[in-house]
Amino acid sequence: MRLLTHNMLSCNIKGVTNGFPLRIEVEKSMEKEVDFNIDFLKSIFSKVEWTALVEAARSLGYNDLPEEVVDSSTMLESSDFLKKFHHALLELHLEEGALICPETGRRFPVNKGIPNMLLHEDEV
Amino acid sequence: MWYLCVFLHRLLDYRRAEVEALAELFGAFDDHQLQRPLQWKLPENHHPDSPFHFVNLPSEELARNIANRTKRAKVKMRSILSGVFDGSSLFLRRFGRSGVCLLVKGIYELWGEGDNYEELEKAVTSYPEERKLPYLTTETTFRIVVDSFGKIINFEEQNERIQSLKFVPFKGRVNLKNPEQKFWLMETDNYGSNNGLPPVVQKRIFFGREVGAADRKLLPTYQLKSRKYLGPTAMDAEVAFLMANQALATKGKLVYDPFVGTGSILVAAAHFGAMTMGADIDIRVVRDGRGPDCNVWSNFKQASHHFLDFSSLLALDVCFRIALPFIGCDGFYSSPICFLRSIEYGLPMPISLLRADNNLPPWRQGLKEIFDAIICDPPYGVRAGGRKSGGRKLLKGVIDPYTVPDDKRTGHIPSTAPYSLAECVHDLLELAARMLVMNGRLVFFYPVLREDGTTNINFPKHPCFTMVARCEQILSFRYSRYLITMVKTGPYTDDIAELAMKMHLEFKENHLKWLEDGNLHSAVFSPASSVNGASGDSNFNRDCETKGANGKEKEFHSISDVIRS
Repeated sequence: MRLLTHNMLSCNIKGVTNGFPLRIEVEKSMEKEVDFNIDFLKSIFSKVEWTALVEAARSLGYNDLPEEVVDSSTMLESSDFLKKFHHALLELHLEEGALICPETGRRFPVNKGIPNMLLHEDEV
Repeated sequence: MWYLCVFLHRLLDYRRAEVEALAELFGAFDDHQLQRPLQWKLPENHHPDSPFHFVNLPSEELARNIANRTKRAKVKMRSILSGVFDGSSLFLRRFGRSGVCLLVKGIYELWGEGDNYEELEKAVTSYPEERKLPYLTTETTFRIVVDSFGKIINFEEQNERIQSLKFVPFKGRVNLKNPEQKFWLMETDNYGSNNGLPPVVQKRIFFGREVGAADRKLLPTYQLKSRKYLGPTAMDAEVAFLMANQALATKGKLVYDPFVGTGSILVAAAHFGAMTMGADIDIRVVRDGRGPDCNVWSNFKQASHHFLDFSSLLALDVCFRIALPFIGCDGFYSSPICFLRSIEYGLPMPISLLRADNNLPPWRQGLKEIFDAIICDPPYGVRAGGRKSGGRKLLKGVIDPYTVPDDKRTGHIPSTAPYSLAECVHDLLELAARMLVMNGRLVFFYPVLREDGTTNINFPKHPCFTMVARCEQILSFRYSRYLITMVKTGPYTDDIAELAMKMHLEFKENHLKWLEDGNLHSAVFSPASSVNGASGDSNFNRDCETKGANGKEKEFHSISDVIRS
């Protein structure tokens, strides 16, 4: 699971209002190379929850992202920033672990890189 | 300018739509707001099923881009060279390009046409000189190809035909192998009887200059039988590529398939360079597959040395021998073939696969407009039924909600209930309305029962979407499926969500009869007598007469195949 996916997911148990961001529990993580595409990064940037991405990257041991993006238009011109953003968003990969709902503590397991977001009978 | 567009004689209803999608992809229409279709014409007395169509395209470059690669060889060589020296498993990726047209055989600048050779001569002679002469100079090399539809022209006759073209002032040298210009002489015959098919063509002769010719080499590479991991409903490679074309999948775009299964559709999108995401409710399919080298991920790898033709292999061999001392991986890569075997498709892996329920998607609040395209083949209950969370009894209220004890939660597989097509399509449209960027595309299959008659179909509607193409593929005389392409033309607001829900309920009411779980399946598979009653036979005959030609599923690679069969 890449952090782009993590940034999109929340706990969707019935009645949960603060299901985002899911906390990452790491058993095994790795890096997977992805083609660098500036246009994609620029268009996706505005849709990313930045704090959640920074937190998630930190939990996978990557601390190079700036805490806050103040001036996004100049930041997006900097290739250094784009490279870090690219790496954090698309190349960090959680292979084994879990995503934990901040409200209920429900664990969504991640096996073989695939998060299991399906709910149990009593959560629908 | 009008060009002659010659199609392959298959998937007839998909052909114009594909050209239109590619025209959009290659930037024929600047203002995306207006979904202008291209202008089309048919030769006189030709049925729409004819392979010959005229299309109005703004430039020759666009025509070449659509029909695809005339300068392919050079690009290939360069990528092989850089690929070998990179020593990277990613190099085959460079072969991939966005938008390969699958149903166009070639696009031609028509110099003249006629019912017979006298008429043709007249037409070609009166075609403006300034359009002809630049391609007929002494410096150019050329070749004349004689082709036919619905008949065979043997070698001597072909030569006669070529000799009869004396009225064209060819000055260049003939080069059969690698000509700069190709001229095509194409003939059709009028059909007396034609096996009950609609009258396809009237005898016509076309002469023109090739602007672009298609190459279907990619299909054998991706055909399903060479896939490692297959499911019962894996999407046929050709159709998957057509879907990816309709979705305008290309580099830098994010494509999502909510019913990913074994990933066939995403493989096509990834070939065109798109980033892919997929979800499925079945954990066994997305996570486990049939072992470590037989799962969705492995469908994106696969050895693919047959991607290269012989000359490229030879070139690669030479490069390889030169490069070997520098790469320094002696022994292991002892020949280019071994080297290539070690190389994978080089398709970028999906950015993410997840297990999720389309009925209860796990997307965070406020997330919207993130996908450029959503492509899918929703489960509509004929070969595989859809499932959603919550047990059947639970949803019906037969049993009370229960809680799985904590000690049994690990590995517990939650029960699911059947997911009716109407609900599934509604969820899909809602998902697409919310998650697609403006002008993003939703491409999906939609089943239609044919006993209702094919004229009055209620296609699903959504206030955010405009339907730009619907292509019918007839599956049996009972039902067919339409490939629907919708473009997001309106923003998604709360009001619209409410309105869409209302429209959905109305739609559901009108189609309750067969959209509900199981009914489509039984309508398709039950014995004729119970479905159609006494009218079963007459229905069958009607279908054969009117739609038989579209339903033909046989693959015709070239016009001569049609004749042989």
